Amino acid sequence: MAEYEIDLGNLMAFDPHRSFSSPPSSREELVKESLEQGTKLVQAVADTLFVLPSTEVPDGPIVTLPPPTTRLPREKPLPKPKAPTRWELFAKKKGIQKHKKDKVAFDEQTGTWKRRHGYDRVNDDKDVPIIEAKMNDEPGEDPFAKRREEKKKRVDKQEKNRLHNLKQAAKSGALPSHIQLAATALPITGSQAAPKKVGKDELQNVAGMAASATASGGKFDKKLPGEKPTKHEKKYRKFLPAAEGSGMSSLEKQQTEKVLNKLISKNSHEILNVEKAVTMYNVTEEKKRRSQKGKSFSSSSKLKPNKKSFKKMPKKGSSNKGKSK
Amino acid sequence: MMRIKTPTKKRIKRELDKRAPKLIETGKKTLILHGTKTSNVLNAVLAEIYHLKRDNAIKYTKKNDNVRPFESGGETSLEFFSLKTDCSLFVLGTHSKKRPNNLVLGRTYDHHLYDLVEVGVENFKSTESFSYDKKLAPHIGSKPLFAFIGEGFESVEELKHLKEVLLDLFRGEVVKNLNLAGIDRVYLCTAVSPTKVFFTQCAIRLKKSGTTVPRIELVEVGPSMDFVVRRHRLPDEGVKKQAMKTAPESTKKKEKNVKGDVIEGKVGKIYIPDQKVGSVPLPNTAKGVKRERREAKMNNEAHEPAEKKQKEDSD
Repeated sequence: MAEYEIDLGNLMAFDPHRSFSSPPSSREELVKESLEQGTKLVQAVADTLFVLPSTEVPDGPIVTLPPPTTRLPREKPLPKPKAPTRWELFAKKKGIQKHKKDKVAFDEQTGTWKRRHGYDRVNDDKDVPIIEAKMNDEPGEDPFAKRREEKKKRVDKQEKNRLHNLKQAAKSGALPSHIQLAATALPITGSQAAPKKVGKDELQNVAGMAASATASGGKFDKKLPGEKPTKHEKKYRKFLPAAEGSGMSSLEKQQTEKVLNKLISKNSHEILNVEKAVTMYNVTEEKKRRSQKGKSFSSSSKLKPNKKSFKKMPKKGSSNKGKSK
Repeated sequence: MMRIKTPTKKRIKRELDKRAPKLIETGKKTLILHGTKTSNVLNAVLAEIYHLKRDNAIKYTKKNDNVRPFESGGETSLEFFSLKTDCSLFVLGTHSKKRPNNLVLGRTYDHHLYDLVEVGVENFKSTESFSYDKKLAPHIGSKPLFAFIGEGFESVEELKHLKEVLLDLFRGEVVKNLNLAGIDRVYLCTAVSPTKVFFTQCAIRLKKSGTTVPRIELVEVGPSMDFVVRRHRLPDEGVKKQAMKTAPESTKKKEKNVKGDVIEGKVGKIYIPDQKVGSVPLPNTAKGVKRERREAKMNNEAHEPAEKKQKEDSD
């Protein structure tokens, strides 16, 4: 029995001496052997467990287990002690003792015992019918309104102090679990407009833009944990092989033909430009007429000094000759 | 500017307090999830593990493409799930050509990855394939026993790690008081070779032996499988030191109104408030009713009874 390591807190037994130098030949053998060994181990646990002092309850005997000896990690860190408030620190420094106040106090306004705080409390606003004027009172001021104002100020101040204390607690990581300190918009001074809150998508876009400045367009950049690949807004261009041979080439042809057909069909009604055709016809007719006129003219024009025609003279002459023929 | 955000509902506050760090921790919750791809065997294994840990586990059924705990950046999603479900143990099933029927067992500390053990599942036999007396079947949430057999659990680092993780995964809550009648299951782990562990669950049968200690008999109830150790990652030293901290010994509170006496034994003093025999509790004085309303009713009643009586007279 001493050869087993027993952790009663975890109800665990461990046999460190048993070893399989050669693995058991068949599975049945292995199962049988481990069950046998297991029975011995469990018996060893039971031997120590059932002799523990027990108390009888209707459901069965209850024993008190010792703490586990196998140390396992915690799930979460140890809770931090509550951070002292500014007042608590001050009171400690000055040696101010905290003493309890009664829940009820005698109210002189009504002559009864009343709660110290909350609804219908001692010295409540509604129980004060008259506030005596003092020498240094400002005329025209409502003492009741002033009283309310002062109370509100005190409440606000306390809220401010509370926030300060919570912030200090958050710094040391001892914020109570149910409280969250949420950042609101920054305080606005003067005519400044409130800064727009940057959304998750916007931030991602900016990160993508920055990444696109690298040679690979951010493709091979080291990603932070949780960072997603940058979004590709545009379409990816596809280039089909232009060379004939494989089946893909016809695709390219088809694509270009498609585009061409589209263009042509779009402008099909403009293929015959009547106006243009008419002018062209007119021009050719004119030319014809001119050339016929020129035949009769040519003899007289020959006399005119014409540098251009000088060079082409023999050709023209020959053509003329031909024509005349 | 800061704003103090507190839960508006008491139920939510209670829920948040449950998740807050505790001095003495209650049992760890287990998250069971699938990786990119799982096989039939793995689906069955995950379902069985979920069944074993039914009282304290959450099972996800969708595939998770970006859960790759061994790769950098692949743990983000897992840590988020851990935070969301408040689980600090996880069992991830993945199946690939390189690592078929892969089971990643791991733990988190403060919702960050703590350690990992990767095992392959072989020779899986489900609970249904075992035939045994159904009366013996272990109850959900019963405290299990563990039996580790083989020197491999001490000499081989991977197995040593696996032993710790398995113990953490299945042990449940650490208890102080245990009902001996509730012992009904044992997890049996045998280190067959330096890389292979035979794992099974057995039911415990307590037989009479004539002494106070019963004779133990084990009946295999499954699931049973072989774990082939693949990759593993030990915890970071600094984190481990943090995680291994135990709660300081609690200073005992002064026990009030209890006295010990040699002759009389333990003597307690009880204070009972004045019984107020003279007054009878009336329905209107019930505490649940709002005070204003209660008082108003009482005032009315003080005036009205006379009126009512008069009415009766007239009738």
